[in-house]
Amino acid sequence: MDKVQMLQVLAASLFALGLTGVIIRRNVLVMLMCMELMLNGVNLSLVTFAHTMGSTVGAVLVFLIFVVATAEIAIAIPIVLLLVRRKRSLDIESYTDLKG
Amino acid sequence: MIHDFLAHLETLLLWGFAGCAFVSASLMLVLRQPMRVAMALVSCMVFLGGVYGLLGVHFIAAFQVLIYVGAVMVFMVYAIMLLDPRDESATAKYSKLLWPGIIGFALLAEALAVGYWNDLPHAPRGALGEPFDIARFSTAFLTEYWLHFELTSVLLLAAVVAALAVIKENRRHERG
Repeated sequence: MDKVQMLQVLAASLFALGLTGVIIRRNVLVMLMCMELMLNGVNLSLVTFAHTMGSTVGAVLVFLIFVVATAEIAIAIPIVLLLVRRKRSLDIESYTDLKG
Repeated sequence: MIHDFLAHLETLLLWGFAGCAFVSASLMLVLRQPMRVAMALVSCMVFLGGVYGLLGVHFIAAFQVLIYVGAVMVFMVYAIMLLDPRDESATAKYSKLLWPGIIGFALLAEALAVGYWNDLPHAPRGALGEPFDIARFSTAFLTEYWLHFELTSVLLLAAVVAALAVIKENRRHERG
């Protein structure tokens, strides 16, 4: 198993772990952190491919993902603060107002 | 002799960093306290920074530590410290979707791993190991990808406006 294959498998498993965390955990903050883990998996995949191919496209995309992750956190945390202020809970199952 | 040893050390460190990153990412799913999950994520990001450094992409390693660990995760830790004492709902760690989630994880991981194992495109070997430096990256960033750069600044502006809107909504809710 060579280096590139190992890093790609690691990237895929980080993405899968993050997705599983978003699905199975109940705490909203933990779910947000699992989303960050998914972004990290994608970053690792991009950097490995950019390194293998010797191109700069991957590095540029990684920078754009950094910005998107920062913007996402900057919006998501105030929304979570608002939700907690209304519901007094971090549990995702207490936010079921739109359930039919 | 010493060159051989250094090459082996680099491979060993790469595998070690990758293994530690995987272990801390798996810990994120099983730890109960949000603060411990945040610490596991921070260590995963630092190990990934080590992997980037070993691949020769030093500026991305630096930004990984500075932006992700230094800004995003510190913000997250502040939010946890602000919210955690109010949370009485920490009785159940997992949602009702635990088993579907685990089965989905197994299927997705297997599909991705098998896919990578079989049909990973073989790279042009000449380019391998040639670390791209920050000068080449910045030139490409500001000449070829200037449109993406500008669009990113628009995205950041939209994020600032949205954060202000969220705060305003909060104040209106408090008053009425």
